[in-house]
Amino acid sequence: MSNTTDKLVIAGREFSSRLMVGTGKYASNEQMVRAIEASGAEIITVAVRRVNITDRTKESLLDFIDTKKYTLLPNTAGCYTADDAVRTCRLAREAGMSDMVKLEVLGDENTLFPDNEELLKAARILVKEGFTVLPYTSDDPIVCKKLEEIGCAAVMPLGAPIGSGLGIRNPYNIRIILDTVKVPVIVDAGVGTASDAAIAMELGVDGVLMNTGIAGAKDPIAMAEAMNLAVRAGRLAYRAGRIPKKLYATASSPIEGMIG
Amino acid sequence: MEIIVNGEPKAITPMSVLELLASLDIDPRRVAVELNLDILPKGDYETTRLSGGDRLEIVHFVGGG
Repeated sequence: MSNTTDKLVIAGREFSSRLMVGTGKYASNEQMVRAIEASGAEIITVAVRRVNITDRTKESLLDFIDTKKYTLLPNTAGCYTADDAVRTCRLAREAGMSDMVKLEVLGDENTLFPDNEELLKAARILVKEGFTVLPYTSDDPIVCKKLEEIGCAAVMPLGAPIGSGLGIRNPYNIRIILDTVKVPVIVDAGVGTASDAAIAMELGVDGVLMNTGIAGAKDPIAMAEAMNLAVRAGRLAYRAGRIPKKLYATASSPIEGMIG
Repeated sequence: MEIIVNGEPKAITPMSVLELLASLDIDPRRVAVELNLDILPKGDYETTRLSGGDRLEIVHFVGGG
């Protein structure tokens, strides 16, 4: 069972890697580039922010990212209203010449949990305007179903709060979401270490998106490689079909032919 | 005249958006511009003249998750 024929398909576009990574919080742009390479990711998220018009000495992110090699996924991080998120997406489309966006509309600064009412409102507007919308959402099957009905190209339930590293807090909801929607399900946020990514993939999700789990590690490049392997291992294990869990032992070696 | 660029007032002489970007040392290919809440397509930078009181947002991509 090879990974080579097992593609992630989002809105008709095929990707070999099921890991998507962010570009924030790295110590340097050089470290970010090396971590992204080690992760094997093909889709990388970026934020949209005002250009500093008084200090033009800062390097531009796009000086470091090969946009022919990677698909940029602009986000609406930091937006708390549908209006701000829609404005940000329109600017992102103009800046990046692509209509694929990671839509997030936050409800609270402490939890960074989504405001699903505003999220649904923004998603409706953006889908009508021709955007390929990948929404960051609560691990709520009902909201995910509504996002799919609106026409979102995927749903991206959180595993745990953004940057928390708490892992997959509600695997049962993720499983129900997988049963509920037909569009790709991508776990976005909460992954702290490789086993978290593997657990997400073993549930059968289509992909995992992370930033802090890699960028915040002591050695981000090594962690990027660990996440690369974990996502691939988790996917393979899911497709291979695990054994049922049982309370008591079953011998691996034959009973027949024992000496004595 | 005065315009608002990224939330800050800025005094300028009459000019186009493209000229403003050049004066700010900004590569027009790397940014998106919103003029009075509407997206300004890149092809319109050269022909769009700024007026007093215009509100511009000039954004680009930065690291994010």
